[in-house]
Amino acid sequence: MKRLFLFLLNLFGLGLAAYAQPTFHENGVRDKRPEYSLFKNATIHVDGKTTISNGWLLIKGDRIEKVGKDFEFPKSAQVYDLAGKHIYPGFVDVYSDYGMPEIKRTRGGNFYETQFNSQKDGAYYWNQAIKPETKAAEIFKANPKGAEDLRKIGFGAVVSHSKDGIARGNSALVSLANGKENEVLLKSDVSAHFSFEKGSSTQTYPVSLMGSVALLRQAYYDATWLKNGGSSSERNLSLEALSGSMTLPAVFHGKSILDALRADKIGKEFGQKYILKSGGDDYQRIDEIKKLNTHIIAPINFPKALDVEDPLDAESVSLTDLKHWELAPTNLGKLASNQISFSITSSDLVDKSHFFGNLQKAVAHGLDKGAALDALTNQPAKAFKIDNLVGSIKTGLIANFLISNEDIFDAKAKLLENWVQGQKFVITDLSLSAINGKYKVNIPGFTKLEITGENDKPALEFFENDTTKIKATTVRDRNFLTISYKKKEAGSYRLSGFIADKKISGEGKDPNGQTFIWSATLEEATAEKAKTDTTKKAELPKVGDLVYPFVAFGNPSIPAKQDLLIKNATIWTNESDGNITGDVLVKNGKIETVGKNLSAPGAKVVDGTGKHLTNGIIDEHSHIALFSINEVETVSSEVRQEDVVNSEDINIYRQLAGGVTTSQLLHGSADCIGGQSAIIKLKWGETAENLIIPNSPKFIKFALGENVKRGNAPQAPNRYPSTRMGVEQVFNDAFTRAIAYKKEWTNYNNQKVKTGLIAPRRDLELDALVEILDGKRNITCHSYVQSEINMLMKLADSLGFKVNTLTHILEGYKVADKMKARNINASTFSDWWAYKMEVKEAIPYNAAIMTKVGVNTAINSDDAEMARRLNQEAAKTILYGGLTEEQAWKTVTLNPAKMLHLDDRLGSIKKGKDADLVLWTDNPLSVYAKPEKTIIDGTIYFDLENESSKFKSVETEKNRIIQKLLLEKSKGTPTVRPTTRTRPSDIHCDAILEYDGVSVENLDEYLEKMNNQN
Amino acid sequence: MMKKIIIAIHFILISQCVMAQNPAAGKSVAGVTVFSNAKIYVGNGKEINNGSLVIENGKITAVAEGDLSASYASAKKVNVGGKHIYPGIISPVNSLGLTEIEAVRTTSDFQEVGQLNSNVRALIAYNTDSEVIPTVRSNGVLITQATPEGGLISGRSSVMYLDGWNWEDALLKADDGVWLNWPSKMTNSFDFATGTRESKKNENYQTTIDELNKFFAQAKLMASENNLYDNLKLSAMNGVLKGNDRLYIQIGNDKEALDAISFCLANQIKLPVIVGAVYSETAINALKENNVPIIIPSTHRLPAKTDADVWEAYKLPFKLFSKGILVGMHYNDSYWRTRNLPFVAGNAVGHGLTKAQALSMITLNNAKILGIDKEVGTLEIGKHATFIISEGDILDMRTAKVTQAFIRGAEVSLDDKQKRLAEKYNSKYGIK
Repeated sequence: MKRLFLFLLNLFGLGLAAYAQPTFHENGVRDKRPEYSLFKNATIHVDGKTTISNGWLLIKGDRIEKVGKDFEFPKSAQVYDLAGKHIYPGFVDVYSDYGMPEIKRTRGGNFYETQFNSQKDGAYYWNQAIKPETKAAEIFKANPKGAEDLRKIGFGAVVSHSKDGIARGNSALVSLANGKENEVLLKSDVSAHFSFEKGSSTQTYPVSLMGSVALLRQAYYDATWLKNGGSSSERNLSLEALSGSMTLPAVFHGKSILDALRADKIGKEFGQKYILKSGGDDYQRIDEIKKLNTHIIAPINFPKALDVEDPLDAESVSLTDLKHWELAPTNLGKLASNQISFSITSSDLVDKSHFFGNLQKAVAHGLDKGAALDALTNQPAKAFKIDNLVGSIKTGLIANFLISNEDIFDAKAKLLENWVQGQKFVITDLSLSAINGKYKVNIPGFTKLEITGENDKPALEFFENDTTKIKATTVRDRNFLTISYKKKEAGSYRLSGFIADKKISGEGKDPNGQTFIWSATLEEATAEKAKTDTTKKAELPKVGDLVYPFVAFGNPSIPAKQDLLIKNATIWTNESDGNITGDVLVKNGKIETVGKNLSAPGAKVVDGTGKHLTNGIIDEHSHIALFSINEVETVSSEVRQEDVVNSEDINIYRQLAGGVTTSQLLHGSADCIGGQSAIIKLKWGETAENLIIPNSPKFIKFALGENVKRGNAPQAPNRYPSTRMGVEQVFNDAFTRAIAYKKEWTNYNNQKVKTGLIAPRRDLELDALVEILDGKRNITCHSYVQSEINMLMKLADSLGFKVNTLTHILEGYKVADKMKARNINASTFSDWWAYKMEVKEAIPYNAAIMTKVGVNTAINSDDAEMARRLNQEAAKTILYGGLTEEQAWKTVTLNPAKMLHLDDRLGSIKKGKDADLVLWTDNPLSVYAKPEKTIIDGTIYFDLENESSKFKSVETEKNRIIQKLLLEKSKGTPTVRPTTRTRPSDIHCDAILEYDGVSVENLDEYLEKMNNQN
Repeated sequence: MMKKIIIAIHFILISQCVMAQNPAAGKSVAGVTVFSNAKIYVGNGKEINNGSLVIENGKITAVAEGDLSASYASAKKVNVGGKHIYPGIISPVNSLGLTEIEAVRTTSDFQEVGQLNSNVRALIAYNTDSEVIPTVRSNGVLITQATPEGGLISGRSSVMYLDGWNWEDALLKADDGVWLNWPSKMTNSFDFATGTRESKKNENYQTTIDELNKFFAQAKLMASENNLYDNLKLSAMNGVLKGNDRLYIQIGNDKEALDAISFCLANQIKLPVIVGAVYSETAINALKENNVPIIIPSTHRLPAKTDADVWEAYKLPFKLFSKGILVGMHYNDSYWRTRNLPFVAGNAVGHGLTKAQALSMITLNNAKILGIDKEVGTLEIGKHATFIISEGDILDMRTAKVTQAFIRGAEVSLDDKQKRLAEKYNSKYGIK
């Protein structure tokens, strides 16, 4: 019997498959059934705005035939009456990896053993992380379990792609119906996908976020060049695929709002309007997201409640994490209310069963239900140009729709059926008869039976009398019940029962194995309790205010500039006047007047009596506010720090509290030719883009010595160079290539008629070097010992480029005359030495000696901590070497301004210059001085006056949310123990070099040490 | 030919070595010396605006207001011309002299292999010929606690002078305490696949504490049975268990400090010292109630957490002082940066501390905590004549300029390699 049943089932399955695959051969007799189904009298939600009450829906096979009311329909149609029920379009998830192969991630990128080349076989790109040739349609494999999980939460179709690599290839639209890939694959090459993560690539490059940006940009340029016929000798399937997919909707995977802004910038360069997968934090800068004017794919997972019962543990939870926990559920609502086109993805939801719960939470936090529906149906369909197939209830579309008993976003709603490609999938079986109620029972010893619980999961209790009752274990299989219970002294009783109308009857076995007959008769049915609709609350839950940036000490709004009159202060002008006592008027972000007894109606007056007013400190060598510091190639000039500026770094605020207003963010020193620098002002709260000084001069980092030759690695590294001899040749080779490249472009550009000519290949690495040759980009070179410094100066002379700044330059005192002769600037530490072999002869008198020889000399930090007290570091040039106070102060203000070519705007207190000012409580060179106000472009970013109230408000806000979390825990919401993040997330291991004062080579040792100590 | 070159190179090397040698150790002078016309900072909060300091046989014999020159007819008289006199600065918890170049492993002698190294002694690795020592001495730091690192129990420290022909000469107090690295409650992991770093709960925390309890209990049993030489590691704990030596415990956060204090109570440790920073009322009260002193790291640190008060580290000394805790300060991070110890103490002054308190933190308090306050830490009668003379406020880099230094009455050279290099190139360029 059983065998026959299985056989039949099998046959049925085959039959179905054959039905939709005309090209397949059939084994047996054709079984073509009537294809029409009609769904009557439902509330049909065509989309978020349109509903048809008492609507009719006719489908034919896997397509929608007709939608409307009371229309003629084929007699063969099977008719379903859905009175009181709702029909919705099947949900569409456009950010899925359903049916994609599992991605095996490797450790990838070893710092001692660099993997230079791709290990992928075939005619593909040089870098494994660029794989636009991946086609989801080709690797798609239907996965019944995965499909079922998604169907249960209302999805009918997904756009799926392999989430691996920087260029990830093309997606495919597949349905979640049962069937062979031939049937469920609805459309291939739907969209092209990108990310900043190299994924399973084992190749070392890129190790950094900025490297990912550079690699993708170079791939785009290469693809275009090849497409235009740039090379007759190279076939490259990756690049062909990349240029071939430029017309598809392109999707960029971001983990945060900062990623979104970064991706958009790349898109602009290549005429790509990326659809952006968000990290769920769009609300943090919703105006910026709106400005992008693109489609957002937002996740529906929210952070878990944190366990903060232990106050000492709670200390380690950051305000950012607390606020994000509270505000994440507002994200979807914020997108909707700002009229941003968006869709909802369930892809980040680990436990898919939380989907509807989270959706209701989002609705309770202000997400309009219509917008929610649109974001799950027609919005994603439109954005991905698949709205001719899925996303609404319209004639001709795939028959993907949902049937629910209530408004689907209500808590009491149940998803009854999910029809996919015309296939019916029952999600909640309402055909199960209701059996809840009180029964009279005829088992000896019992008077009553009460059934409660869900229809499919009933709970039974037998009453011995009015007060004593026994709980039974029950399983319901449609009309059959299996019951077991234990009576005090005896063993287990087992019953089976058949459910009939108002009666349950069957037989049982007592602990001794004696069989008996039992039955229960319904006396009083339980009326179905209506669940409260959580989504209908008119009042939105109270949540905290946003802060900019989204970190402790962020401001409720971005600070605005104001006119300021600072009166009666000791003014360190850094001009020929020297130090004077007087007033400074700031207007419109600029220094308007420096003088005495000034007055300015309307300006905010600041009393400077007994205080010192100076320029803001300029840190020539900084690595704060960056997501990555180092790339790994010996020549990495293609990477740009401006691509990875982190506007949310607390060090920005901390340094404002140390009087710093401008920082040059440099690449690290892992590579001979490092990346391009970014010069920022510490405008706390502004976006990364707004931190960067507009039109600031271009810089690039070079490096010499132990770091580039990886001299401190525990084993001999395989990367060239490993000696100072090799270092010279790296520069020699790079500039020789750059000169040839420049010539190639000059020849091309000089051709008057360009028809038939193909432009040379854009090389981002060499572009930067040509800028150096053309004097448009300045070199800041990390350097220590005199031999290598001398080498670079001679090499620059011979190859025709200029070294602008030697940074660190701890043996600068030995070659000061040579630097002076070439007008090279020096940026050094005040007193560092002895930490490695190449600084053995470093001396704290270095800055003073170079200054006295006539080299423009600055003191820098290279360290987030030291930057907070550069004023003290400057003062050390008085102690060591006897500079005057004025000279000392200039080492952290005017001198770095000069070497950054920003002294026309910064570095002294003079009419017309930027109002970047610090009011100090004491002589700024004293260890006792602290900033009272730090002003940038006429805007006060740090104010000692409200510093303590600001800190208190951080504490208050944290406490408010912690109280809320404790309440959640008491309600039984599962919580997770907080983990401390020692750093902003996403800091790459490459960032360790220099940033922590630890080289990547010593990373393991460093972490071990951290583990032992803290 | 080749051989000749090698010989020549050898010769050059030797001659360079001669040039690069450190100055000779200071020589003590017989008889009485009177330093007058000085602003004297006693180190215990007392300041004498115009006073005299009298020393004899390496000890202080008088400190008083006014010019005492007349009272000592046969004494050597030094009019310091209004300069400042401070006690020699004391730098606890340091690897100065135990390592020469941080990144060069062969120059490191502060960390032994293994977890329990109570028997190892730092003093014998203290290299008085280190070229770093004179540069630290130049800024007034005259005493260091040579301290081993690493493992669970790192070894034993000793208090050393920053001058001497060898470690025996330089010794101020041998084997003053055992160093315990309290296990951390959190461990850090680095995920190479995602490139993120995360802190997790240390699952072995309690196990490690149990091991420590066992170790201390066994050491105690061993001592009571007088089996002193059976196990070097256990018998090395004797001084601590008898209450002669200190138990220095390095902690990473407040919870660890609380656990460490409980551990000391349970094991009846008489002279515990907490090394690290604590911020919470609970931890500070535990220090206070149990009379446990603390050596905090330099003010030049970033706040431990993103949300912490921006100037948390600057404000901590005042916070602890106002609770009546005995607070010392060390220069964490790097031995070669220890010359900044006066400045990092000074940095607390803008944030509540008085200058006198800041000074005592690195003189008297450090001396008390290390158990050397009978010898050094203040300029008081009977103590070592270990002091510095400066042109101005020693706590502020803007004014600090040490002109003379004395250790046990002997004037020590303030010359160092860096000054010589500066001199060499000044003369090359013809500048001053």
